[in-house]
Amino acid sequence: MVALTALRTAVGSPRGAIPAGILVFIVACAVFAPIIAPYAYDIQNLPGSNEAPNAAHWMGTDEFGRDLMSRIIYGARTSLSVAVTAISISVVAGMTLGAMAGYFGGAFDRAVTAVVDLTWSFPEILIALILIAIIGPGLQGTMIAISIAYLAQFTRLTRAQIMALKNETYVEATANLGAGNFHIIFRHLLPNAITPVIVAGMLATGDAIILEATLGFFGLGAQPPTPSWGAMMSSGTAQIFIAPWIIIFPGLAIAITVISINLFGDALIEALDIRNRLRSV
Amino acid sequence: MTSFFIKRLLLLIPVFLAVSMVIFAIVHLVPGDPIDNLLSVNSSPEQKAELVARYGLDKPLWQQYAIWLGKAVQGDLGDAIILKRPVADLIAMNLPHSLALGGFALIFSTVVGIAAGAFSAINKNGWIDRITMTMILLGSTVPSFWLGLLMIMLFAVQLGWFPVSGARSWDALVLPVLTIGLGGVALVARVTRVAMIETERRDFVMMLHAKGVPPRQIALRHVLRHALQPVITILSLRIGWILGGAVTVEFVFARPGLGSLLITALNQRDYPVVQGSLLMLAIAVMLGTLLGDVLQAVMDPRVRERIT
Repeated sequence: MVALTALRTAVGSPRGAIPAGILVFIVACAVFAPIIAPYAYDIQNLPGSNEAPNAAHWMGTDEFGRDLMSRIIYGARTSLSVAVTAISISVVAGMTLGAMAGYFGGAFDRAVTAVVDLTWSFPEILIALILIAIIGPGLQGTMIAISIAYLAQFTRLTRAQIMALKNETYVEATANLGAGNFHIIFRHLLPNAITPVIVAGMLATGDAIILEATLGFFGLGAQPPTPSWGAMMSSGTAQIFIAPWIIIFPGLAIAITVISINLFGDALIEALDIRNRLRSV
Repeated sequence: MTSFFIKRLLLLIPVFLAVSMVIFAIVHLVPGDPIDNLLSVNSSPEQKAELVARYGLDKPLWQQYAIWLGKAVQGDLGDAIILKRPVADLIAMNLPHSLALGGFALIFSTVVGIAAGAFSAINKNGWIDRITMTMILLGSTVPSFWLGLLMIMLFAVQLGWFPVSGARSWDALVLPVLTIGLGGVALVARVTRVAMIETERRDFVMMLHAKGVPPRQIALRHVLRHALQPVITILSLRIGWILGGAVTVEFVFARPGLGSLLITALNQRDYPVVQGSLLMLAIAVMLGTLLGDVLQAVMDPRVRERIT
């Protein structure tokens, strides 16, 4: 209920409504790509390659004559599904680890904290690259790499929330009434700790989209002909002198998506009034 | 101070060991025989035998790790499969380029970031502040490789002011430094602005105003100096991110450097090079963080005491 009220407050102000509208539109593009896209993403037309934006191809064509707008619409599928799946895995795993570490303490907590602190000092891109080196390039590798790269953040955040909550009187009362550890963690502590973690997860999805695009740009993400925003720009670098739109439009798609996520996340933080809880990490 | 430095350095050893173990493990976690991952496809059985003898690949895993680490510490990181040269030579060739890029980007983000943040804070809520903050929001959310490509299009292709790629001359450094630096500028400026606005509310600032010190002097001499503390903290935490940005941007500008070396090696599955460049990048991040911590300790005695 609180979440619904907060969502309504966030969407109620123009600062939250505009980015929310854009996000709904982008998600709709991803879901209904086959209906919305004017062309198929993989149909080549070599005589019409590197065409500038025109009436038939609103965003121009790429080096194989494929319609750029259709590829960007399908690319939203790749980027969003990879980022959302990776961050969801990361949030669930991070919450479980963080809750266990924060609640039980002891050697387990020390081990988790040591690993988290270790990965915390390294940039996500470096962690992702180490994991890609092990798993190998491709969409699946990208997804796992992103979810592990952000794991430390959610573990840390959940652990801090649980530490703050576990000495509350109601927790002690529940324990005295005979509730088990897992009942306390999953029924009492996590529901109270979940909001900041979910919002942090939403904000991280924006970063994950950029990370996915960067790995795609390096040629380590989605393999052709699967359209992905990063990989499209990578193939566009060879055409930078004659067809700059191949780079401009996918980049715009990323920038608009990420900025909308950040602005909406900001409105949500404001509506939920959790800025301090997010900062306490 | 010296004891702080030594203790901080000792703390790096377990981190270094953990990271090197992960990097060592890459070859063994990748599907297939580790020996095949370290040699080119058409190498003879004799070459395989030589490699096995050199790195003790027939010994238990922990002994292999000890041998690998021992050789790595002495500068022997194996031979590149594709380029057929010692990995250490490749790293020695590429490292100076990465250091120059990372160093300049760090200086640029610090200087411009503090200036922009201070300027914004002094002209708080004016239109200049709003524009600066909007630019900063854009700068921190736009993917850096796209920003790099846009700069290439505008300043190198259209205007022809700077070279498109490579690292043959000094002016080839301008666009890459700008690209990495803008993200850093955004971060530093935001922290500077918030810290200055918070400091302005403190009693000693009101006291200075009451004494009749000119506002500009208060802002620059007193408020800014106080505000630099959190800026240094955030910079020391984020040095790794600036170095990480260098990996991306080197690739975009086709500059030689550790990042380009790593990405190319990853695409070619040249594992000795992957291991060597990852190890060097990790060391760079650790030393960068150390530098930031030491800087903080120099500025603030409380930080020095925290570690003892």
